[in-house]
Amino acid sequence: MRAILFIALAFVLAPAYAGPVVTYDFASDEQEALFNKLSNELRCLVCQNQAISDSNADLARDLRDEIYGMLQQGKSEQEIVDFMVARYGDFVLYRPPMKPMTYVLWFGPALALVVGFFVVVRIVRKQRQAAAQEITAEDMERLKALRSEAGRTDKNEGGAG
Amino acid sequence: MTEEIQKKSPLRRLMPLIIFALLVALLWYGLSLNPRLVPSPLIGKPAPEFELPLLNEQGKLTHLDLKGDITLLNVFASWCFACRQEHEAITQLSRQGFRVIGFNYKDEPQDATAWLRQFGNPYYVVAQDLDGRAGIDWGVYGAPETFVIDHNGIVRDKRVGPVDAEYISETLMPLVQQIRSEQT
Repeated sequence: MRAILFIALAFVLAPAYAGPVVTYDFASDEQEALFNKLSNELRCLVCQNQAISDSNADLARDLRDEIYGMLQQGKSEQEIVDFMVARYGDFVLYRPPMKPMTYVLWFGPALALVVGFFVVVRIVRKQRQAAAQEITAEDMERLKALRSEAGRTDKNEGGAG
Repeated sequence: MTEEIQKKSPLRRLMPLIIFALLVALLWYGLSLNPRLVPSPLIGKPAPEFELPLLNEQGKLTHLDLKGDITLLNVFASWCFACRQEHEAITQLSRQGFRVIGFNYKDEPQDATAWLRQFGNPYYVVAQDLDGRAGIDWGVYGAPETFVIDHNGIVRDKRVGPVDAEYISETLMPLVQQIRSEQT
């Protein structure tokens, strides 16, 4: 019975340990929203597939404190993002900036879609053309000629064999 | 019409194979990259401003102290296992006459002191970044990291992870030579 209770409690209490627990006090709702937005859009460098907001890494906590401090000083979103990029590079951004180096990243999928579209159009058109080709009288003449020729070679071959 | 298709077909038939080969090459290259290596935006820029207390010494270390000679700024901590791995290489660089400055990142002074006593202290001085604030300015995201700073106080390279023989011979020494040639 005690074991069951223990296991049940473990399940109930587990979510309490799921996320970083430090809470911040904000002057306004907008500030809190901005804090959440920034810490969700900036990448934790230690555990790279987590945002700063949901990482328990030491550095992520420091960076959350840093963002909080800068917001308290009245820094704008852009200023905070620039601060992070100046130190850790574009890598901290989950949303990569538009630069010549990232054009492939931004336009690649759209380009692939357009190319794919044209390929499909070409294939469909070709198939339709092939299906739509009518047999003309001239074709029938040629067919006849070829057939009689083939028949003759068949006979010749038959004679030889 | 039919002749045209027949002429194109060898290349056409090979096309999927070519595309497949290109993809394999691209993905193979991707696998060889280390995602933990984040290029530092500091390279080519002046060392970030800082002022940190020294470990077991009076005085402070600032970014201005980095000028004048090539400096290796080695981010280490007693809690960092890989720092032990590179300790010998760092010691050797120090013996070769490099000015190696320790950047004790988020460590307890007594732990750092004990660590240096146990393994030996290769550092010219050790600056203490107790709360990691200066570390953020340097873009530190894990020890060990090593910055190469030239005589003008410009950051020239950043090594993430332990300094080893390969890094020294293939990156550090050519860079040092280049910096020396710029000095004269």
